[in-house]
Amino acid sequence: MITATNITKVYNGTTVLNIEHLDIPAGQNFGLVGNNGAGKTTFFSLLLDLIQPTTGNIFNNEITVSQNEEWKSFTASFIDESFLIGYLTPEEYFYFVGELRNRNKADVDALLAEFEDFFHGEILGRKKYLRDLSKGNQKKVGIVATLIGDPRVVILDEPFANLDPTTQIRLKKIIRERAAANETTFLISSHDLIHVTEVCERIVVLDKGEVVKDIQTSEATLRELEDYFSGEPMQHQPENI
Amino acid sequence: MFTRFLSLEWKAFFRSASLGKSLGLRILMIFLALYFSAVFLFFGIGLYPLLQEFFPSDDPLQLVNRFVLVWLVLELGLRFMLQTLPVMDIKPLMLLPIPKRKVVNFVLIKSLYSFYNFLPLFIIIPFGIFNIYKNEYTVSSILGWMVAMIALSLCVNYSNFIIKKRFTENLKALIPVILTIVILGALEYFQVIEISFYFGKLLDFVLATPYLAAIPVILLVILYKWNQHNLEGKFYLDAGLKGKKGITNTRDFDWTKKFGSIAPFLQLDLKLIWRNKRPKTTIYMSLLLLGYGLFFYPNDIYQGMPWFYVFVGIFITGIFMINFGQFVPSWDASYYPMIMSQNIPLKQYLASKAGLISFSVVVLAILSTPYIYFGWNILLINMVCALYNIGVNVPVLLYAGSFNKKRIDLDKSPFMNYQGTGATQWLVSLPLMALPVLLYWLTDKFLGMETALGLLSALGIAGLLLRPVLLNSIAKRYQERKYAMINGFKETGE
Repeated sequence: MITATNITKVYNGTTVLNIEHLDIPAGQNFGLVGNNGAGKTTFFSLLLDLIQPTTGNIFNNEITVSQNEEWKSFTASFIDESFLIGYLTPEEYFYFVGELRNRNKADVDALLAEFEDFFHGEILGRKKYLRDLSKGNQKKVGIVATLIGDPRVVILDEPFANLDPTTQIRLKKIIRERAAANETTFLISSHDLIHVTEVCERIVVLDKGEVVKDIQTSEATLRELEDYFSGEPMQHQPENI
Repeated sequence: MFTRFLSLEWKAFFRSASLGKSLGLRILMIFLALYFSAVFLFFGIGLYPLLQEFFPSDDPLQLVNRFVLVWLVLELGLRFMLQTLPVMDIKPLMLLPIPKRKVVNFVLIKSLYSFYNFLPLFIIIPFGIFNIYKNEYTVSSILGWMVAMIALSLCVNYSNFIIKKRFTENLKALIPVILTIVILGALEYFQVIEISFYFGKLLDFVLATPYLAAIPVILLVILYKWNQHNLEGKFYLDAGLKGKKGITNTRDFDWTKKFGSIAPFLQLDLKLIWRNKRPKTTIYMSLLLLGYGLFFYPNDIYQGMPWFYVFVGIFITGIFMINFGQFVPSWDASYYPMIMSQNIPLKQYLASKAGLISFSVVVLAILSTPYIYFGWNILLINMVCALYNIGVNVPVLLYAGSFNKKRIDLDKSPFMNYQGTGATQWLVSLPLMALPVLLYWLTDKFLGMETALGLLSALGIAGLLLRPVLLNSIAKRYQERKYAMINGFKETGE
């Protein structure tokens, strides 16, 4: 589904991302882990054509993302709060995204009904603008909005951060169910090794912009990742993006 | 501490994404400032001899005193429109061990260095020196008068500070101020109570007993303290939100559905304007400035130069266009990455903005029809200007928007959010008005008024017909600038 070839991103002479080849097949739950500054968000931003690659290309369903916008119709993403429109209520935001993805109000309402549990009564019908919600609740809105319109690719940057434990567990369930039910490709980055190993079938570890591990998740994966991250001497990289 | 704050501001300016634009504008502003300083200085020097020549029976200083109040009110109005108040992003400072009062004092004292505070000096000082030189009054009374005048001018500075604060937070709070000024102005005009005359008398007392100059100074201190108190009360992150939570406006603007594919964006834009303080202010400004024509139409001086009416016409019908349009797409800055990664064709996004602005031009043009009272030609010129605005200026502004990469913070209310309510905002819009005026002036001069109006209308209609093509190429331009914009919009603060 997604292929990156020879992709590099250089800022002022510093290479922050350098991936020779990465292929993510359709329907795979793909996890991206790495310390701060490893290049996770850079990779997602390149994938969403928010920044330009220095060399190479990323293909989303065989479409070159930096040259053609067709990929936008089947790709949904939530990177940070800049993906929310602060002066809308959650409902309005969902309907707006729905309209962009050719879903009418009834479709969106049907989808939202599935997430009543997830919202925990704090989001819908509260007549609050998104900007007045807490960070965690904003995140819930952003994540659920990515699921509107049955996208084939969903990109979530640090979806578990800022969420309360109950919601983290529910989110994991949602991702697993969605991935099983319809061939959605989830791309998830996380600092939390436990969550990511639970949700993803495949985990790629980035370090200073390079792929250092590419693991098919198994029983031993969590152990392997923990060993890797505790044994690595150069851990504390400054965030340089 | 003061210098440290200054160095922070210096860095914010030079490390900002929009440095080029800011720098260019600054240079232009400096030239304008020099020009106005020269004008005021000549006026200040020439005032005494002029008054003596035209009113030989009156004492020039007392004559001047009589107009001080009018001047102060005008100054307040001008400052309200043009003066940018210093802004500071307090969030990063809140947790640092810096006393609130220091930050507040910094902001308040910095406002003293505004150019608008120096301008009156160019009149007050030469005029005062002339008076000393002529030996009409003792040196001490003139010094007292000068101190009083400077203090009054600074009082205007701090009054403006207070009013601007009230105005951006609560529009209704401005009504009593305007009402008072209007009533006093009316009383003055119909010569019921000539307040400016009595005010002048008060200033004459200062001349008699110079130490009375302490009164305006005390007034100044009171205003300063009031501002200080006001700002310290604002020193909280939620200061802008207080009492507003829970009252959401869930108007849906369903009628926009008629506009087909641009409907969702149109709805979004309307909500943007309706629910955010700053864009909402542009609406009120547009309605307020609709009265701008009243300054010019009754005045016979302008009868001989119809090109001036073109300027007024472009301004009146395009005021929303200028205020809103020049910040496209910065209004959407806080969620621009989302717009860019969602399934949104740029052309539709731009078409919606163009539609909204065109609509505003039509509404303002309709609202300006009562000006027919001053002659049918004024109505005609206004309509032609509206057409020109829609056809030519809207695409021009959208194109210019592709150079925008300065974020506008909608939801956050930093320590007083006055982004873009200053002179620069008007300066940017000068070319929009100068070009049609120039075109009109040239054609009118050589070919007559009908041809001139015809030319402007033709340009407007051509622009309207070509709009789809123009939007396509503008969209392409936005596509190219996309990465720079996303990067620039990430910058918060300032």
